[in-house]
Amino acid sequence: MEQVPLLHVLILSTTIFFLGMYGFFARRNMLMILMSIELILNSVNINFLAFNHYLYPHQLEGLFFSMFIITVAAGEVAVAIAIIINLYRRFNTVDIEDTNTMKY
Amino acid sequence: MNVELSLLILLFLPLVSFLFLSLNGKRLSPALAGMIGIASLSVVTVLSLITAYGYFFEYGSVADVYQKLEPIKYEWLRFNENLSIDLGVLLDPISVVMLVVISFISTMVHIYSWNYMHGEERFQMYYAYLSLFTFSMLGLVVAVNMFQMYIFWELVGVSSFLLIGFYYTKQSAIAAAKKAFIVTRFADLGFLVGILLMSNGAQTLDFGVLIERLSVPSSPFTIAMSTGATFMGMSALAWGLILVFIGGAGKSAMFPLHIWLPDAMEGPTPVSALIHAATMVVAGVFLVARLFPIFAISAPDALEVVAYVGAFTALFAAVIATTQTDIKRVLAYSTISQIAYMMFSLGVAGWGEGHNEGYTASIFHLFTHAFFKALLFLGAGAVIHAVHSNEMADMGGLRKKLPITHYTFLIACLAIAGVPFFSGFYSKEAILSAAFHDNKLIYGVALFTSGLTAFYMFRLYFRIFWYKEAKADHGHGHDNHESHTWAMNIPLILLAIAAFGAGYIPFGHFVSADRSQVELPFHLELAIPPVAVGLIGILIAYMFFVKENVKALNVQQSFGAFYKWAYNKFYIDEIYLFVTKKVLFNLVGRPAAWFDRTIVNGMINGSASITAFSSESIKKIQSGNVQTYALYFLGGVLVVTSLLIYYFQ
Repeated sequence: MEQVPLLHVLILSTTIFFLGMYGFFARRNMLMILMSIELILNSVNINFLAFNHYLYPHQLEGLFFSMFIITVAAGEVAVAIAIIINLYRRFNTVDIEDTNTMKY
Repeated sequence: MNVELSLLILLFLPLVSFLFLSLNGKRLSPALAGMIGIASLSVVTVLSLITAYGYFFEYGSVADVYQKLEPIKYEWLRFNENLSIDLGVLLDPISVVMLVVISFISTMVHIYSWNYMHGEERFQMYYAYLSLFTFSMLGLVVAVNMFQMYIFWELVGVSSFLLIGFYYTKQSAIAAAKKAFIVTRFADLGFLVGILLMSNGAQTLDFGVLIERLSVPSSPFTIAMSTGATFMGMSALAWGLILVFIGGAGKSAMFPLHIWLPDAMEGPTPVSALIHAATMVVAGVFLVARLFPIFAISAPDALEVVAYVGAFTALFAAVIATTQTDIKRVLAYSTISQIAYMMFSLGVAGWGEGHNEGYTASIFHLFTHAFFKALLFLGAGAVIHAVHSNEMADMGGLRKKLPITHYTFLIACLAIAGVPFFSGFYSKEAILSAAFHDNKLIYGVALFTSGLTAFYMFRLYFRIFWYKEAKADHGHGHDNHESHTWAMNIPLILLAIAAFGAGYIPFGHFVSADRSQVELPFHLELAIPPVAVGLIGILIAYMFFVKENVKALNVQQSFGAFYKWAYNKFYIDEIYLFVTKKVLFNLVGRPAAWFDRTIVNGMINGSASITAFSSESIKKIQSGNVQTYALYFLGGVLVVTSLLIYYFQ
């Protein structure tokens, strides 16, 4: 079976990464921002797996790293959602532009 | 007892008593506090008499020359291999004599104050301050090191300040205390610069080494300091000595730094007796005497300055003393005049056989003067205690009311006037004969001054104890003041004995410029003029003041403007006020204040406002918007990344 070349996988992960970047900067809804962060993390995961598979097929470090990242991301999501819920209770909104009271 | 231990106790007992009284003063009863002060001072007196006996008769002399002993010496601060500040005890004839004088007079004053200050608020603090003063003065005279002397010199100034301002609710006392402190502090600046100059030249601060190095004309230090750079025709060595003398002149109230002493009479009278008559004010004389070998051998021109300043001050203060009506002020000017006697006596002395009489005479006069002047002040205190006034107008005819004060005061007046067989006669004769052999002009001034001295002292005496009885409007129902004042009478009687007998000590055997034992010559032909002048002075005072009459007023009017000039102390205070308030404040103070307010403050405020402005303009960056922060972060990452790529690729 002919393999998908590495370049294609990298293009996919880069696309997802910049989609995540765009969402992180452009979205106003905090939940959407959180999702964008997940996208970024996942693009990194794809990179890890791709390099592991194509360059060092007999090793598993990349796999372990992506497992690790998924675990950390789950914890991070729990914290982030807690923050967002708290902000919602305080400001009655999840729009990030309305929660700017911590300034000069 | 061994010498070191007894000296340590002698020095530190007053300090311990000061600390104890000032820390526990409020908890002690006044009587207990006074007893502690008197007891510790009595111990000090006994110890200093033992020290004096031991020094002069047992271990002090080797082949009839008194040695400079340093039984205690402890290095305190070292600057470099040559200069260090040492603390210790230097025993030589003058310091031993001073130990005896200080401790004895101080004990008398402690006892006297028991009654005089009775019922005063802060009675305990008064005794604490007296102890502090005694400690500082003892430390000053035994200093082994110029800097040790300077430290104690300032401590003496502080305790004098505290005691002058003892009645600190009285406006005039506060002003007097400040004046005394500022004027002497100003003079001490000269002393400090002098110390620096001398120690730079001689590469030492130690008195023994300093004198050794600078009093030998052929030593490299002397040559380096007395040749080379000159200022106004005098060498660095002479200037160093003159600057040191300025410090001494401030403490000893020499013209023109005398202005603080008359005002210092605002303090309690026993304090005036101790500090401003007998001990502290002779510190300047002591200082010149301590450095005398350098003055006499290496810088005679500096010694000449001392002589002329002394002679002028003697006459100047005596003239003022004849016109004053406040009895303590009369005594204050008399003190200035007598200290000036000691000064010019040192000034006319020289080194070597036949010239060193003035040195012995000066210390001799210091010794006798301490007794009779302390006695005069304590007597005046008794009078003030009885009539509750300092003014002559409130006195007169007190000889029946205060018999003991009357007789002791008379003895002191006879002593200071130089009447034969009293102590002042012997010391004054020695001074006058020293002046006669060295400088006829100073001799003439001194002779005239001694007449004036006799006149104003007996003016005081007749005016207080004879004259017309003052209106008895002070009748508080305790007319017989002396019956219950044993503590005031005992010092008066003891001091009267000393004031009479001190002259019979063969002083030349103990103190001389080169520390050998000499015979102080007695010149009968030179003793006659001062006695004659003194008797004339007493006679004039008798005619004027023994009964109320108009003779004195007539003479006063015939002097007219001059009398008024002298009565107002030659307007020296006004000149000082003019110079400080009008000249210094306007020409120096105000521009300096302007510079400080506009330039210095302007620079500080300017830099502060630049910071404020820049922070104001960049604080908008902190917008509270998380996404903006993330953008900055991204920008930073991009910049750093591109730099890394650029440099390390």
